[in-house]
Amino acid sequence: MQCDNCHERSAAVHLTQIVNNSVTTVHLCEECAAEKGVQTAASVAKFPLSDFLATLGKGEGGAEAGVSDTERCAFCHASMQDFRESGRLGCPHCYESFAPHLRNLLRRLHGSSQHVGEVYLSPLPPGDNPRRQLLDLREQLKRAVDTEDFELAAELRDQIRVLE
Amino acid sequence: MSMDFTLLPDGGMTWLDASGPESHIVLSTRVRLARNLQGLSFTVRSPDGERETVLDMVSAAGRLTRQLAGGAMFRMDALDRLDRQVLHERHLVSKELAGLEREGQVRSGAALLTNGDAGVMINEEDHLRLQCLKSGLALSTAYTELERLDADLGNRLPFAFHTEFGYLTACPTNAGTGLRASVLIHLPGLVLTKEIAKVLQGLSQVGLTFRGLYGEGSEVVGNFFQLSNQTTLGKSEEDLLDHLGKIVRQVIEYEERAREVLVRDAPAVIADKVWRAYGLLRYARSLSFEETMNLLSGVRLGVGLNLIPELSVYTLNKLLVFTQPAHVAQTEGRAMTDPDLPVSRATYVRRMLDDDAARVRGPQEPTP
Repeated sequence: MQCDNCHERSAAVHLTQIVNNSVTTVHLCEECAAEKGVQTAASVAKFPLSDFLATLGKGEGGAEAGVSDTERCAFCHASMQDFRESGRLGCPHCYESFAPHLRNLLRRLHGSSQHVGEVYLSPLPPGDNPRRQLLDLREQLKRAVDTEDFELAAELRDQIRVLE
Repeated sequence: MSMDFTLLPDGGMTWLDASGPESHIVLSTRVRLARNLQGLSFTVRSPDGERETVLDMVSAAGRLTRQLAGGAMFRMDALDRLDRQVLHERHLVSKELAGLEREGQVRSGAALLTNGDAGVMINEEDHLRLQCLKSGLALSTAYTELERLDADLGNRLPFAFHTEFGYLTACPTNAGTGLRASVLIHLPGLVLTKEIAKVLQGLSQVGLTFRGLYGEGSEVVGNFFQLSNQTTLGKSEEDLLDHLGKIVRQVIEYEERAREVLVRDAPAVIADKVWRAYGLLRYARSLSFEETMNLLSGVRLGVGLNLIPELSVYTLNKLLVFTQPAHVAQTEGRAMTDPDLPVSRATYVRRMLDDDAARVRGPQEPTP
């Protein structure tokens, strides 16, 4: 199969993209793939975080994202350079201080910067926390199903639906 | 100070009994959640006093949770090196927390709070590393327990959380869910049929990664691999676990198929390999760690194929743990090096295998 880009070399990378709900597949040779910045799984695996961070600093990443190396986190005074050298941030506030840069980095590391998992709720008096209530109810539901108490199970399921 | 291991129910290794699903191929499942406290620097940058504060806060909150209420607390700086090594060999603490890395030192405030198969590493790279270790392939069981512990601790501690980036961690590779799930799996069939490279390569294409017996940075020994999720952000906990579970089940299927091929195409070669490994373990007078792991892998394959009826997976799991260097030394009650260590290891292995064989065959057979 020929490369869709240069139409010369044979395609080695098959990139499937989903854009506006339609699936397209692009076939590229290794050279063209590298040029377009397509990372294959193999190239990602060989790429340790510190190298990754170092290239971001030298290349477009840092400057483009508007965070300079010497800028410091207002809370812990760690700098972008500290991060680049150690691969570790100084404190939770660093995520705000270096947000534009980190957003780029997180997208490249995880494919997304938007968390979609469990949401943390600040400590509230026990019983007032909906997440805790939800966990309690789910546990009760499991027990009700195990003991075949389906009337109770239906009631619990409705309560869970309201909380969800 | 020497450690009181009686404080650890089952030695912190309930997974040894091989009672979990798929435990003929999957040894254990481990899930961990990384959490940090608001308003403090991450562990590596925080001053000594602050780490003590973290330890106090987490231990007070932990004692009020149902899972950790009766648990044991081990401060790393109160343990000698051998005990810390034992905890590490049991997969209860990381190399970093135990101060076992090259030029590593025990960080002040580093501790383990543990109860049964759930626990928290305190002042690791993140303030809290909640963990749960289960026998066999048990991703959702392990996570359900952790989710509960996370909620109980989160009710009492202010976790650092960001609406966009999720749970905030010292290293951005853990941000979001903070969840790393790994499955310790034994793949001798795929190694012998030389299919393993393909399988491992496939893993990275589906967002998973593999490591050796002791996790990050460790080498693969005895055909034991740890398969785990690579990304932690942008997918829900359930999706991450589901995906890993699906792929692990597929790998188990490949492994089973490889074993079928071996038995079909080379039954004599396999039987010889397995019994040789068993013979060496049962009669050798000196065994290095690596050799032991490789022989145990051969014997485990034999048990999986029903070639060695007198051995239980429980014995094999126990051998896997108790032949590690610090465990051999601990059994002997003293620090050990070559050439004593491999000799003690071989004696221990012989005794365990004799016991198992005697249980099945009766005590008539003379012990060598």
